[in-house]
Amino acid sequence: MAEYQNIFTRVQAYGPAENNIAVPGGQRERTGQAWHVHLLGKLGDAQVGPIYLGWFGLASAFCMFFCIEIIGLNMLASVNWSPIQFVRQLPWLALEPPPPSMGLKLFPPLNQGGWWLMAGFFMTSSVLLWWVRMYRRARALGMGTHIPWAFAAAIWLMLVLGFIRPLLMGSCGEAVPFGIFPHLDWTAAFSIRYGNLFYNPFHMLSIVFLYGATLLFAMHGATILAVSRFGGEREIEQIVDRGTASERAALFWRWTMGFNATMESIHRWGWWFAVLCPLVGGIGILLTGTVVDNWYLWAVKHHMAPVYPAVFGPMTDPATLQGVKP
Amino acid sequence: MAMLSFERKYRVRGGTLVGGDLFDFWVGPFFVGFFGVTTAFFSVLGTLLIVWGASQGPTWNLWQISIAPPGLKYGLGMAPLMDGGLWQLITICAIGSFVSWALREVEICRKLGIGYHVPFAFAVAILAYVTLTVVRPMLLGAWGHGFPYGVMSHLDWVSNTGYQYLHFHYNPAHMLAVSFFFATTFALSLHGGLILSATSPPKGETVKTAEHENTFFRDTIGYSIGTLGIHRLGLFLALSAGFWSAVCIVISGPFWTRGWPEWWSWWLSLPIWSN
Repeated sequence: MAEYQNIFTRVQAYGPAENNIAVPGGQRERTGQAWHVHLLGKLGDAQVGPIYLGWFGLASAFCMFFCIEIIGLNMLASVNWSPIQFVRQLPWLALEPPPPSMGLKLFPPLNQGGWWLMAGFFMTSSVLLWWVRMYRRARALGMGTHIPWAFAAAIWLMLVLGFIRPLLMGSCGEAVPFGIFPHLDWTAAFSIRYGNLFYNPFHMLSIVFLYGATLLFAMHGATILAVSRFGGEREIEQIVDRGTASERAALFWRWTMGFNATMESIHRWGWWFAVLCPLVGGIGILLTGTVVDNWYLWAVKHHMAPVYPAVFGPMTDPATLQGVKP
Repeated sequence: MAMLSFERKYRVRGGTLVGGDLFDFWVGPFFVGFFGVTTAFFSVLGTLLIVWGASQGPTWNLWQISIAPPGLKYGLGMAPLMDGGLWQLITICAIGSFVSWALREVEICRKLGIGYHVPFAFAVAILAYVTLTVVRPMLLGAWGHGFPYGVMSHLDWVSNTGYQYLHFHYNPAHMLAVSFFFATTFALSLHGGLILSATSPPKGETVKTAEHENTFFRDTIGYSIGTLGIHRLGLFLALSAGFWSAVCIVISGPFWTRGWPEWWSWWLSLPIWSN
């Protein structure tokens, strides 16, 4: 039975590398010899390369290099330039945004958020340039621009976290630090500060779409693999000229849950679930602290959450205590 | 009746695991089968128990209805109906209906002559649920460690359980699970977008081909996994998300009782750093 489940490609045929589709302007900027990796061929396509260079991609790569360089060197400086301690403490190291006292100051001292602003600038530039690259490649190949627009949804969340919300709050210090554990600390502290993000309805929706997208990809990936013996993975052909693979895939779900997508519409379901995850998540972040100060109290007010008995006495915000500097 | 234009020729006899031809029929679009009957039994009973539990509770507010697990004092024994026994019955119904549903999917796969990938994938989700409501409570010695069935109450449970370990983001299996969830969603946006962009060309142009799909990703990132590979990858990522979710909660308590940030001290005290 196992050999019919099509988990791995068992026999790989080697031939000349597949040519990329010719586009106006020719192959001029496509670079690198295509080569074959046997292990990749077990799961998917064995061919790696060629890649399209292009000015936007190059500029994006340079910006990302600068960003990572700034972050890395700042972290290295924070452990007194010890390479061993750099590796040892790497998960804990951070490049922090400016302290709240700097407000929205454009050029704070370098070691008080200046480097963070610069790294953020280069990261944002890199991501935006990469967006242009994705858009131009899609257009050059005569395809729709669904991928760049899905990418834009993720960029929206990034901009809300690192730029738009700090702008509305009046302080760059509201933004997320660079670092592995530090960004997790930021997330937990952010949730607690605003009364637990689980009570934020947009956070709820964002998680629904995150889990929903994962569920959809499990369903879709499994369905296509299940009908791959009928050529189900040739989805474009199945969309324009329905074959038995599409019919069996559709009937599987119809008989299971009384409803089925089509070979085309399942990709619309997937695209929307994936796009809405960062889209509504960004809305939830944007409202936090700007419009809503405590999501738990918000949820109580709107009859979502019950009123819990107060276990602890009233507490003073540590930030208001004498001697604490922002 | 309720049939797609091409459906009749697929509605053939056979492929059932249990019951032979007895339940081999359809109701509207639904295939029934022996496991359709057990699914209906468990899901109707479980739903009614939830509704009845709600009627005995303080509120009909959909956000706040909650069926709580037994108190810890009952350990792994049966609890009185109104003190967690209902939760125990509902859990049995839930597992019964999930497993029935998976086996019904197997029967449908056999009937259609297709692979078993969907029921296998669903089995991973069932595994995660069973880990949460059966395995971990048993390892901890009380059904009270299960989570309550309610919209807000299960969120509170997740929040409280997370903070029992100080900061759950430091749980390495939780890190993997979250990364797989993000990676799956990312991959789905790329796959969905790619298929839609190939079949929605600019005005006046023809639909594009799989070669265009490959070219798009080779051009942009130097590698295209291909039409078959993306579905293997997507399924792997999605199932990994579910699997590591189950791992991250089952190790919290039974195998690690302190704060998760503290767990990482092994890294700081590796012998390779010292000299």
